[in-house]
Amino acid sequence: MPIPQENLEKAIRDVIPITHLQIIDQSNGCGENYAIFVVSDAFEGKTTLARHRFINEILKTEIALMHAFSQKTLTPKQWEAQQAKEAAETTVAAS
Amino acid sequence: MLRTAFRASQLQRGALRTPLLQPSSFALARRFLSQDTRAKIQDAVSSTPVVLFMKGTPDAPQCGFSRATVQILDIQGVPAEKLRTFNVLEDAELRTAIKEFSEWPTIPQVYINGEFVGGCDIILGMHQSGELETLLEKHGIIPPVEADAKEASAAA
Repeated sequence: MPIPQENLEKAIRDVIPITHLQIIDQSNGCGENYAIFVVSDAFEGKTTLARHRFINEILKTEIALMHAFSQKTLTPKQWEAQQAKEAAETTVAAS
Repeated sequence: MLRTAFRASQLQRGALRTPLLQPSSFALARRFLSQDTRAKIQDAVSSTPVVLFMKGTPDAPQCGFSRATVQILDIQGVPAEKLRTFNVLEDAELRTAIKEFSEWPTIPQVYINGEFVGGCDIILGMHQSGELETLLEKHGIIPPVEADAKEASAAA
C-alpha cells in the first residue's frame, strides 16, 4: 500500500521543530521505500539511537506498512558543519 | 441529515486515524511476544559478543541493508567466532518478535554484548565516524589498533 509522502512530512512537522526536512521516495513508484533526512533542534543532546527511536515512534504506523525505511538525523549545528565540510571538499576538488 | 452525520463520522475517523491505529497495532505486537519468546531472544542476543538479525545469511544476504551491515562488520574485522547471525526470513515468529523486543521497526539489527546498537543507518554512521571501531575495541571484540602499533614498535 503506497504511503503518501505528505503524510510522513506532516507527521514529523506536527511533533518537532524542523530546520530542514528531505523525504526521498526510493521505491520507483510503489511508495513503500523512503529515506528521510531530518535536521531539528529537538535532536540536541540526544544520541543517534535516541533520535532514530524518536522518528521511528512518530512514524510507527507508516513504517509498519513500508518495505524499507532509512533515516539520517542531524542537529542544525551538525548540519552546518556538514555543509561547510562539503563546501570545502568541493572547493578542493575544483581547484 | 443522514448525509451530514455520515460526513461528520468520516471526518472524525480521518482525524482519529493515527491515534486509533497506534494503540491497536502496539497491543497486537505486545500480545505476540510471550515471556517464552522474550527469554529466547534475550538468550540469543547474549549468546555471542556480536549478534546480527538479518534477512538472509552473511554469504547470501537477501536485502541491501542486511548486506551493507554484514560488510561493515567484516571490514571492522569482527571474527567469525564472535559473530552470530539469525536469518529472520527463516523464522516468521522471530521476524515479528525481534522488532518488538528491540522496539525497533526494521531489520537488520545489531547487538553488541547483549545491548542493542542499531540498524543499518546507525551502524553505517558509526562506522564512518569511528565510533563502531571504538565500541568493538572497548568490548574486546577486535584488538585495539594502538596495542598493535605498540607491539609492532616494541618488536622492531
